[in-house]
Amino acid sequence: MEIIMAFVIGILFMTATYLMLSKSLLRIIVGTGLLSHGAHLLILTMGGLKRGDAPILGGDAVSYTDPLPQALILTAIVISFGVTAFFLVLAYRSYQELGTDNVEEMRGTEKDD
Amino acid sequence: MTNLIILPILIPLFTGAILILLYKQITAQRVVAMISSIATIITSWLVVQKVREDGIQSLNVSSWDAPFGITLVSDMMAALLVLTTSVIGFVCLIYSFKSIGKEREKHYYYAVFNFLLVGVNGAFTTGDIFNLFVFFEVMLMSSYVMLVLGGTKVQLRESIKYLLVNVISSALFVIAVAYLYSVVGTLNMAHISARISEISTNGMPGILSVIAVMFLIVFGLKGAIFPLYFWMPGSYAAPPIPVLALFGALLTKVGVYSITRTYTLFFYHDMDTFGLLSILALLSIIVGVIGAIAFWDMKNIVIYNIIIAVGVILYGVSVLNTASITGAINYLIHDMIIKAALFLLIGIVIYITGTSDLRKVSGLITRYPGLGWTFFIAALALAGIPPLSGFVGKLLIVQGGFEGESFVGAFIVLMSSLLVLFSIMKIFINGFWGKSRTYNGEEQAPVRFLLIAPILLVIISALYGIGSESILPYINQAADTLLDPNIYIDAVLKE
Repeated sequence: MEIIMAFVIGILFMTATYLMLSKSLLRIIVGTGLLSHGAHLLILTMGGLKRGDAPILGGDAVSYTDPLPQALILTAIVISFGVTAFFLVLAYRSYQELGTDNVEEMRGTEKDD
Repeated sequence: MTNLIILPILIPLFTGAILILLYKQITAQRVVAMISSIATIITSWLVVQKVREDGIQSLNVSSWDAPFGITLVSDMMAALLVLTTSVIGFVCLIYSFKSIGKEREKHYYYAVFNFLLVGVNGAFTTGDIFNLFVFFEVMLMSSYVMLVLGGTKVQLRESIKYLLVNVISSALFVIAVAYLYSVVGTLNMAHISARISEISTNGMPGILSVIAVMFLIVFGLKGAIFPLYFWMPGSYAAPPIPVLALFGALLTKVGVYSITRTYTLFFYHDMDTFGLLSILALLSIIVGVIGAIAFWDMKNIVIYNIIIAVGVILYGVSVLNTASITGAINYLIHDMIIKAALFLLIGIVIYITGTSDLRKVSGLITRYPGLGWTFFIAALALAGIPPLSGFVGKLLIVQGGFEGESFVGAFIVLMSSLLVLFSIMKIFINGFWGKSRTYNGEEQAPVRFLLIAPILLVIISALYGIGSESILPYINQAADTLLDPNIYIDAVLKE
């Protein structure tokens, strides 16, 4: 199971890298989304995918899945939500101000403005 | 009081929360921010004294025992860095009063300012690797907002680049933590260290060396080492001066601190990764020197000097003997202070002349002698001229380099001082000497109040250099912990 997950995560990272190297800002942001998906799935996989009950006490399970990676993912998800929301608004605002979403055109130094 | 070490994190956190409510009353914001800043300095001073007397302070949050809960750990290095951060925060705050402008102050500037300090102080104090990631994010998100606040075109453009680089490096941090967790099965830094030494009795396994290099990439992106420094010159030239001073003094140094911490605590079993670190540090020095002498823009000169300093500190860490580690810590604190001072001084020059291009500025010393001589002293301190603060650190790093028989490295560090001095004296000679001219049609711009902040820092820097005899015991204590991880592990896990 871990092997399949490793391949899937690898493809996610590959796609993310490809998208982040493109010119359009929106494609770059989609790339960051895929990158964080990959990272979160990687935490889950590296924590171990052994069979066990959901980590809720009260049932009569013999073994549980590791609760720690799930907590880490939850934290990482909300953080990347916050950053992505900020990034999207920043992209929107810079589209209004700079009039382009092509990162090739976002060059120059302070003196050009 | 066992909760003392959490106060430098909690005070700015609550202040930030209160300042959100006060967003319209600028005077009230300033007063609250000022009081909290002084309170943070006092508490972090108390932490330093406490660590000096009783050794490493560790606090198990919510009283869960060490490897299971989050532990905050203040060893001497962390305590000294928190104190330095608080002082720089205070100084940049009083500089902001005059220079940041009403429009930014109304838009939560001081609140975000305090959240940045929460992130930095937290990153220095934490003893948990995932908690370190969270504090990094607190720090970075505040820095995104501070970078873009004001919304000019150049700020928007550079924020996109800065944000993208940091999103990628944060994802890499998560990935590195995931790999490390799958190998050692714990997140507490002391416990990780203990587990790694258990499995490294016959040399470090290859997977751990890979993780070590991943951490180097992650923290190198934050701390701007060669070849991961590319985002820095553009991004740091965009924000207003007090923000730039905060970034230049604090943000990259958190990356440097994290490299130092992880390498001395986790990965000290494998000297090959230290060799890699040493090479990258020396290349950072060389690249930084090339940048610092190439530019005629004052901001860029000092920004490239940050890269040089990061290289010098990490070279000291990579040699890993008593002299070089002591020197690296000494130089780290000196560099935080002096970089903030230099950015603030350059800010005043830009305020007077309206340009950061050195070729359009001359003869400032006739009208602004105070500014001129302060800048001169700061420049000498940066280069490491003996009575001032940069000397002892660099001396010890060079001594450590020679003791470790890394002659090329020590030579590069020595030569870099010469070129650093050249790059910074270029600003002094071209900007302050020569024919005096008027700028913006004014005889003399009012800079008295602005000058308070950098003068404070230069005085601290001078005292730090002159009083290095009395500071050295503190730094030695910090170096002892870095050189012997067992002190750290025993203090946290209480075995």
